[in-house]
Amino acid sequence: MPDATGLELIANDLRDQDDDGVLATVFFREKAMLIVNAPFVPTALEHLRAMGYSFMASVHGVDYFPEEPRLGVHYELLDMHAVDRITVKTRVHTEDPHVPSASIAWPTANHQEREIYDMFGVIFDDHPDLRRILMPDDYEGYPQRRDFPVGGEPVLFTHNETKSPGWWH
Amino acid sequence: MVALTDLLGETPARRDAILDVSSIDQSGLSEELLTLNFGPHHPATHGVLRLITTLEGEVVRDLKPIIGYVHTGIEKTAEDKAYWKAIPVIERMDYLAYFFNAYAFCGAVETLAGIEVPPRAQYLRVLFMELNRIMSHLVWLGTSALDLGAISMFWYCFRDREQILDLFEMATGQRMHTRYFQVGGVFEDIPSGFDAKVREFCATMPTRVDQFAAMLDNNEIVIQRLQNVAAVDEQTLLGLGVTGPLLRATGNTWDLRKAAPYCSYDHFEFKVPVGTVGDNYDRYRCRLEEMRESVKIVRQALDGLPEGPYITDDRKYALPPRHELATSMEALIHHFKLVTEGFRVPPGECYFPVESPRGELGCFVRSDGTSKPARVHMRDPSFVNLQATLPMCKDLYIADFIATLAMLDPILGGIDR
Repeated sequence: MPDATGLELIANDLRDQDDDGVLATVFFREKAMLIVNAPFVPTALEHLRAMGYSFMASVHGVDYFPEEPRLGVHYELLDMHAVDRITVKTRVHTEDPHVPSASIAWPTANHQEREIYDMFGVIFDDHPDLRRILMPDDYEGYPQRRDFPVGGEPVLFTHNETKSPGWWH
Repeated sequence: MVALTDLLGETPARRDAILDVSSIDQSGLSEELLTLNFGPHHPATHGVLRLITTLEGEVVRDLKPIIGYVHTGIEKTAEDKAYWKAIPVIERMDYLAYFFNAYAFCGAVETLAGIEVPPRAQYLRVLFMELNRIMSHLVWLGTSALDLGAISMFWYCFRDREQILDLFEMATGQRMHTRYFQVGGVFEDIPSGFDAKVREFCATMPTRVDQFAAMLDNNEIVIQRLQNVAAVDEQTLLGLGVTGPLLRATGNTWDLRKAAPYCSYDHFEFKVPVGTVGDNYDRYRCRLEEMRESVKIVRQALDGLPEGPYITDDRKYALPPRHELATSMEALIHHFKLVTEGFRVPPGECYFPVESPRGELGCFVRSDGTSKPARVHMRDPSFVNLQATLPMCKDLYIADFIATLAMLDPILGGIDR
């Protein structure tokens, strides 16, 4: 892992490219994390790729409800030679949930960004095929958001049927 | 036909496939692409995977996976459960790698809470994870051979899998979804006699692997479907995020157990099998060798099993022993708090990757300081590896495509979660 100092050096390199790009750095439990502005994500990822973090291990979506901005997207990068991991995180508001897609430069992000779109409603701009992936195409709402109720889906069983539909006779 | 000639000459199998299609064209039949729906209810998809394939004659030209048929919202469910109650649902994601699911989650929570896991628990975890790896590979081998028409392989593999499930039952009380790993250690110590049973299994398993290899390697049908079929280069796979035996088949030695040892894997001596060209045959051989290596690790875990507690003695996270409840007020309070509310985890975010039978299984946990996780996300290797189906299966015969899908080893429970 880059240590706390190494993380600051990376952040400073990135700040040279764009003053407002890097919002903060977090070093927690031996793990480095860069918090960046949503439009700056592709630049940050490319910079880290040039540094050796060339494998995108995972992309997660998170809902920080009730904090604002609510929606978070994490990119887990891995340097397979130095065995080093770093996270790039960005947060967006639910009213304007736009993040530039990383899936052209990082093909592995394709399905994972679709999953985040499906579950949280983050819109990845320029994604080649931004459709729902796990939920049905005509599903309404974003089920992994924290204000989406568990059990919000009515399931028809014989015991909660108000009148007999008659199909089992 | 211009597009076809561009593809000529990559591998002998592809060349044949392309030439066959051309000969159909010459015989006066009309030539058009056929869209064929494959699955979700099809025995060769290893679950409820649906693939929309575009065929030119018998050759797959395009393929779109459609998933979500067994999406059960486990990640959502886990947010509504206390940390220790979330383990059983999380185990059910990748239903052939339940110890790995549980370990990835427990590991993430332990990292967040800063819990030290006792050495005996770490060795027991390694023991069960490696048995689980063999069990998962046996299911893969049996069902893959079944797809290729080798029915007896299925019975042999499931016979040996039974032995492992019996071991799980003996130690944990359950054959599948054992809920054996706890935050801070394991649920209970192994019973007496377990050691001997595992050694018995370890004595037979390497011979069994030899027998499987002998049966399949001398089978012309299997070899034709595996050798030089669906080879994809290392860089493409890395770009697609593919890990595990699929990546190692191309010659890349990336294995988290070796590269970034967790759970005292650095105490064990084992080799990481790699392939050379990354075709189906290499994928098959890699997994076969992994079973042998796992047996070695299981033996070493038994030999070197340290004495001591099997779960952390931090009473804020682990239940107190039963006998303390009658004598200690603190133990009673801790027991009550843990069972009713569960333990609280300091706020933070953590990504904890482990090497599952299918590649990097990572668990992301966000804690907001309460007794329930604010977000659990599994980076499931099957879900990510599925993106490699198109580069692997493009321009293959349908029959080769079935074999390739089997060698991909997708577990739909893990893909859909």
